Amino acid sequence: MGVGIEVESLNAWFGATQALQDIGMHIAPNHATAIIGPSGCGKSTFVRCLNRMHETLPETRVTGKVRIGEMEVYGDGTPAVLVRRQVGMVFQKPNPFPAMSIYDNVAAGLKLNGFRDRRKLDEIVERSLRMAALWDEVKDALKKKSGASLSGGQQQRLCIARALAVEPNVLLMDEPASALDPISTGKIEDLIFQLKENYTIVIVTHNMQQAARVAEFTGFFLLGRLIEFDKTEKIFTNPSDKRTEDYITGRFG
Amino acid sequence: MAFQRGSMRNKAGARSEQISWMRRFEDHLFTALAVAAVLLVLLPLAAIFADLLKRGIGSINWAFLTRTPAPVGVPGGGMANAILGSGVILGIASAIGVPLGIGAGVFLSEYGRNRFGDAIRFTADVLNGVPSIVIGIVAYSLVVLRQRHFSALAGGVALGIMMVPTITRATEEMLLLVPVSVREAALGLGISRWRTTVSVTLRTSAAGIITGIMLAFARVAGETAPLLFTAFGSQFWSSNINQPIAALPLQIFVYAISPYDEWHRQAWAGALVLIALIVGTIAVVRLVASRGMMKGTA
Repeated sequence: MGVGIEVESLNAWFGATQALQDIGMHIAPNHATAIIGPSGCGKSTFVRCLNRMHETLPETRVTGKVRIGEMEVYGDGTPAVLVRRQVGMVFQKPNPFPAMSIYDNVAAGLKLNGFRDRRKLDEIVERSLRMAALWDEVKDALKKKSGASLSGGQQQRLCIARALAVEPNVLLMDEPASALDPISTGKIEDLIFQLKENYTIVIVTHNMQQAARVAEFTGFFLLGRLIEFDKTEKIFTNPSDKRTEDYITGRFG
Repeated sequence: MAFQRGSMRNKAGARSEQISWMRRFEDHLFTALAVAAVLLVLLPLAAIFADLLKRGIGSINWAFLTRTPAPVGVPGGGMANAILGSGVILGIASAIGVPLGIGAGVFLSEYGRNRFGDAIRFTADVLNGVPSIVIGIVAYSLVVLRQRHFSALAGGVALGIMMVPTITRATEEMLLLVPVSVREAALGLGISRWRTTVSVTLRTSAAGIITGIMLAFARVAGETAPLLFTAFGSQFWSSNINQPIAALPLQIFVYAISPYDEWHRQAWAGALVLIALIVGTIAVVRLVASRGMMKGTA
């Protein structure tokens, strides 16, 4: 089941450059929340702070509080690997493991963490691929074909299946459809609709129509600050902040 | 550019025809040059193979592959002990060189973006350039002087040291080719850093690393100088790593500088066997490795 996310005074840095300034946000469980804003505004950095991926880059720093369900993401006793197992991530460019079969790609998160029950693995792989709407296309070549041999759109759904297989509570999607054609994009969006029944979804997108289509809530970022956060409908029809209005009406960015 | 050329064609047909003729000429010229370069590279290799075959094949028979050397003047005899010895020495060398090389390569690519890493990189490159006979002296003082006798172990240590820098640099280069996005995918699944390195990054670049190992292997398999005062050579059948042991390059060297025609012929045959063994080993390793890899990968 999806859980809520509480973000309090979150700051993030790359070296001396501050990428996020004092972000506070309440993300509702079992809904999709879109993060929009011009390039370089900190959208990706923000979601990467939610699963502690930001700190994997050299010379980065984070302060503030993030609580996902009952878990203090930046708590003293919370290991990063535990956070990442509960907060799945789908990246901008499809990134399947090229040296692994389709099956192993999906099973990787479990197998590499020591999960050995073959029968259970088979079940989870099938269920995850079905959830990602990829099962029918790959079921005959699960162990024969490499994840890298699929088309771009299929690869991205494979990456979603891989993220779902570890049974996270939250799914972060960093522009998951920006490298895909309209048909694949449509499939991913359909997927987001189904997934929010069971997951809390945070999706970064450059495409405002996409945000309007899939997300109930939208946050607008500008220069590392959260300018406005509200129901998607409100953001796109009647924003409170002038800068949000300028952005969504295409006056800049 | 394309736009300009297009409008040129409309304005002056003759001019554009000339350009396309020039282009075709250039295209063919550079293709021809590239093919010539390939032939030039392959020529010495083919010549060596042909010569070895011609001179060596006549002396290869069952006895050559299964017998130990015969005393001077006695016809027959073979290099079976040298074939075994080379196998033993190369086995020891690989057991030392491969894990050390891969380990150092992993360290350099994952944790070596600093001064310390640069120092190791520099050291590895220098080690790569050290004459093999000097490496032999090192193994002599490290192993032979301590054991107080020559041994297969000492030979293996010498060749193993020589394998390390090649494998280190190959491993590092191959690991750096793995895109950051693939590592992030693994980290994002909650897989620990070392697990990611072993099961994802290393696995993704396995083909390239194996090529590096094979290069290092092929290079040391033909080394003679570092074995002269480590493995020393032997006329007898031995697989004891604590005793002096024969090796193909040593045996070829001894036979080649001897005054006997029969030994010269055997030296040629030995060289042919050595090359065949190296090519065979590489082929088998590649075959086994490709079995374990997925289709559709680079």
